Amino acid sequence: MEFSEHIKTSYVDNVVLSRPFRPPVKGTLCVTSHHLLLSSRQEREQDADLDPDEKDGDTLELLLLLKGIDAVEKRSTGSYGTITIKCKDLCIFQLEIPGMTECLNIASSIEALSALDSVTELYPFFYRPETMKIEKKIPEGSSEEFFGQIAHQADKWRLSSVNKDFSVCPTYPEAVIVPKQTSDEMLMAAAKFRQGGRFPVLSYYHKTTGKVIMRSSQPLVGAQKKRCQEDEELLGEVLNNSERGFIVDTRSAQLAQQARITGGGFESKSNYHNWKRLHRNMERGKNLQESLIKLVDACNDQTHNMDRWLSKLENSKWLSHVQSTLSTACLVAECVEREGCPVLVHGSDGTDTTLLVTSLAQLVLDPECRTLIGFQTLICREWIQAGHPFQQRCTHLALSHARLRNEAPIFLLFLDCCWQLHHQFPLAFQFSETLLIQLAQEAYFSNFGTFLCDTEKDRHAFQVKEKTFSFWDWMNNPAVLKTFTNPLYQRNELVIWPSVWPHSLHLWQGNHLKMGGVVINGLEFSPDEKKLAAARGHAGYKF
Amino acid sequence: MRYCSQEVLAERGRNVLLCTAGAAPARHWLDSGALAMEYIRTPKVENVRLIDRVSTRKAPLGTLYLTATHIIFVENASEARKETWVLYSQICTLEKQPTTATGCPLLIRCKNFQVILFIIPQEKDCHDVYISLIRLSRPEKYEELYCFSFNPKIDKEQREQAWNFLDLKAEYNRMGVPNSLWQLTTVNRDYGVCDTYPTEIYVPKSATPPIIVGSSKFRSRGRFPALSYYNQGNHASICRSSQPLSGFSARCLEDEQMLQAIMKANPGSEFMYVVDTRPKLNAMANRAAGKGYENEDNYSNIKFQFIGIENIHVMRNSLQKMLEVCELKSPSMGDFLWGLENSGWLKHIKAILDAGIFIAKAVAEEAISVLVHCSDGWDRTAQVCSVASLLLDPFYRTLKGFMVLIEKDWVSFGHKFTHRYNHLDGDPKEVSPVIDQFTECVWQLMEQFPCAFEYNERFLIHVHNHIYSCQYGNLMCNSQKEREEMRIRERTHSLWAYLWENRVDYMNPLYRPDHSQTQGVLRPVTTPYYFKFWRGMYNRFEKGMHPRQSAVDFLMAIREETQQLQEELEAQEEKIAKLEKVQMKNGKLLPKPKGRVKHFGPSTSDNSIANTPQDYVSGSVCTFPNESPLQQLDMENSLLILTKETLKCSDPDLSANSDQESGVADLSCRSPSGGDSLPSEDSVKDPDSDEATYVAA
Repeated sequence: MEFSEHIKTSYVDNVVLSRPFRPPVKGTLCVTSHHLLLSSRQEREQDADLDPDEKDGDTLELLLLLKGIDAVEKRSTGSYGTITIKCKDLCIFQLEIPGMTECLNIASSIEALSALDSVTELYPFFYRPETMKIEKKIPEGSSEEFFGQIAHQADKWRLSSVNKDFSVCPTYPEAVIVPKQTSDEMLMAAAKFRQGGRFPVLSYYHKTTGKVIMRSSQPLVGAQKKRCQEDEELLGEVLNNSERGFIVDTRSAQLAQQARITGGGFESKSNYHNWKRLHRNMERGKNLQESLIKLVDACNDQTHNMDRWLSKLENSKWLSHVQSTLSTACLVAECVEREGCPVLVHGSDGTDTTLLVTSLAQLVLDPECRTLIGFQTLICREWIQAGHPFQQRCTHLALSHARLRNEAPIFLLFLDCCWQLHHQFPLAFQFSETLLIQLAQEAYFSNFGTFLCDTEKDRHAFQVKEKTFSFWDWMNNPAVLKTFTNPLYQRNELVIWPSVWPHSLHLWQGNHLKMGGVVINGLEFSPDEKKLAAARGHAGYKF
Repeated sequence: MRYCSQEVLAERGRNVLLCTAGAAPARHWLDSGALAMEYIRTPKVENVRLIDRVSTRKAPLGTLYLTATHIIFVENASEARKETWVLYSQICTLEKQPTTATGCPLLIRCKNFQVILFIIPQEKDCHDVYISLIRLSRPEKYEELYCFSFNPKIDKEQREQAWNFLDLKAEYNRMGVPNSLWQLTTVNRDYGVCDTYPTEIYVPKSATPPIIVGSSKFRSRGRFPALSYYNQGNHASICRSSQPLSGFSARCLEDEQMLQAIMKANPGSEFMYVVDTRPKLNAMANRAAGKGYENEDNYSNIKFQFIGIENIHVMRNSLQKMLEVCELKSPSMGDFLWGLENSGWLKHIKAILDAGIFIAKAVAEEAISVLVHCSDGWDRTAQVCSVASLLLDPFYRTLKGFMVLIEKDWVSFGHKFTHRYNHLDGDPKEVSPVIDQFTECVWQLMEQFPCAFEYNERFLIHVHNHIYSCQYGNLMCNSQKEREEMRIRERTHSLWAYLWENRVDYMNPLYRPDHSQTQGVLRPVTTPYYFKFWRGMYNRFEKGMHPRQSAVDFLMAIREETQQLQEELEAQEEKIAKLEKVQMKNGKLLPKPKGRVKHFGPSTSDNSIANTPQDYVSGSVCTFPNESPLQQLDMENSLLILTKETLKCSDPDLSANSDQESGVADLSCRSPSGGDSLPSEDSVKDPDSDEATYVAA
């Protein structure tokens, strides 16, 4: 097995683990192909708080998925080596290892094993919980399922299998919902005119007004101002004769204009009759990643200086991105709900900010999306199946100094916006903040295959659904589901319009402030709560 | 007759409001001879617009009335005749802005952070209102204050009883004094030693009157060290005073003995802390004026400590800057955070909390007594002592305990309410948000310890409101002596009894007095990111900014519901028992009633949490095209008017008030015109505002 090549020292005794807000623990450190473990032999009889069964034998102090490690730093002090481990859930801890060679070996093992390239080498392909079974079923939140829900109302739409075998658009699922009048040939033609083949498809059908949210990628207008009749017709089909629609472009007008140089562009007014274009400048890619890095840095600041904190928070611009994301999503929701107009959302690729906007708009509009099941299907439909490249975007979080490639915390921004909505409407969501925090982690490292790969096509190729367990199956186990349920939930059929005033948006403390260890409300945890917190913090690995 | 009954005034006011002619009743109204009336140049202006900067709703048109105590704006359009009441005593600044095509704007900033913009069509009317308000909002004599004319329907006996609701003597007994170490001194019986102190003061047993008097002569304004909090568990105490008149070298034997006595009153301790809450530089500067701070060499066994809390002028400016941020028209996130940082407000809050934590730690963990002072010992000292008490003693985290705390550390020890909160037209340099900062410290702690406080945010806001409203006598005047001279207890009503009566509204449903985390000393974290901007206070009137659902209100409703069901159940069980008795007598047996007697939908009404979209369009990022239909959106058309019932439940602030139209009497308070509520506070009754609901279906 090639994993063993990376493990030169598989275990070291007398390693001291120090975590913030907890006493240091001495024990045996062990590196396996996917995990880092530390178990301590019980010499702690004085610790009367522990359960009797924990008093003798080994206690597992640490069980960490190596994929969850964002960065490793090593330092030597005499014959000891210290490794600082920074996790993707923003926790930071230290290991003091006797012996420099062992220390270096462990560190290099962690570095190599936490950055495995091949999907099939990842832990979900090895994870075999006894209590669960892999069931082959229609993926949750599929287009088929969604169409089934709306079919009786949406008589102007149909399910198309034009993308069977992922031949027309590699990042779309096999089934997509399109206007009834549009033939598969037209779709294929339109796909050629859209970046990555992402032709306009239905994202959401608002039952109250019968209006829709669609999404696509940018049209390949280019410098020559190319046109595509099929694409124009496709969008024309969406409108009733005299109706108007809105195209929400997640780029500034200037950026959209510039995109023409590289072959992209936007729908011109003259070619797309009755479609009104609105530009919203949303941050993406590298800038967004840097914003998160600055935010995490601000949260990590140890000077405890108020001015410094506020200026760093401002400088990170993270909350500005939250604000612009929410307000763009609300703009889309407003068009659908208030104006009664169909909306098409796209940026350039249509796999990042586009999905951010369409999914949040649905959360604002539709009470169904705010249920536990509804939220699951929303994420499946609008993120996983819609081809958000999780693998590329969620390789590193914010603590690594590795050179960034395609990382961008788009999904994290989505979860943050969900939290803001949750914060403003604490009764409207069936799920709790805990689920959002859990998802923030699952996207980066997990026992489950749910967030693996970039597209359905890849998942198909690697047989992810056949060979790994689903996070949703685990989550829907009643005992687990309970921890993700909001006890205050009151189903609210109304649209929930959030306030996007700066005064109303907050730092998501529950997620972004985890690096200080588990400190909630400045209270020390009782042993019970500590265990609970530990179980929660490592829920991803311990089963 | 000076003390015109509020009822009568309100009744007359209503007559005026209902009468379209206006002139005649106004004339009649003037007969009441209320002091304020002579300053009113124009009692009524029509066709005034009220601008709400957050709401996207069209500015309502209405009529503006000036009464003896309030400005009242009554909307024309809505059937409900929505009213906005503003107490004159709440007015902070008035600004007449340049006339525009639509009229003459008059901006009113209130001390409770409400900002109101009226557009008055005629420049002359605007000027008249402006001149009237300038005089009305700046009373010159105590007699003009609202508390002397405010007269709720309470008989004399009740009123007097209300004043006995709190008893500081009982509070000191609760702490465990007097005892073998501490005694009550009568040295200040006639305010002879210190005119800003109360008459009843607790000092160490060994502090004889000559020592006290000697010490008082060595302290600014005679404010000698006196007991603020006594920690029964370990005998450590918090004492307070003003700065010593030490200059560069002066000493005072009695003062040194006084401190020695305080230390000795904590048997077993080897030293005590003297905490000067000022920045060191300020304290040094005071030495040049013959004041200053204790020299460690002269006092045996003291540890001296500076804690840099800035003075009232810095705090006033800081608040000013923060309020400018709150008022920004459409700030970007960056503007907001930059402005917040630049104001320094949260930094000052943190400094006060840090000081409180230092003292609480010394007392609870080190068992060391602390003497706290600043310059005069009535601003920063009051803040810090009360924060420390709150951290130390769970009692102050109860509703009654909080009232006691304000009475103890603020009212009785001569915090200058009238000067600081500008009750009378006075020196603007004396004004400063001292107690506001304390209130915010409490709120910040509530955010960190959601289960540790019996009271909720609304309580803090209402107390804050009444610090400025001048409606009740408790928080008037600058010292106890002054209050006695003004015969406050005889002539005004007590706030605490009123708040206590309405305590249902102020209870925190998450309060867990028995929980390990809420017992004993609170140990808050003071890393900067735990300090939040208090939108609920500084933007409390911008309803569009607040969360649209409140978990706390929901839990309170559930609790009330449960209680009702419980009572219902008991009543029914009683009935059943009676029935069974009767049946036994008759020798017959009837089947027992099945199922629940009555179904209360505990929360169905809460589904209607009302809400409208915001202006997502005018963001700084991109301007929306002018011809966009979104801007022409006629909100009113798509409104679904709620039933009174749902409205009542959907808006916590409304439910805190009575609903005049539906005639639903609420537990909390009567309508503003009833005179017993918080007129300027929840005076907006608004069934079709942005709070109304759009039902999707």
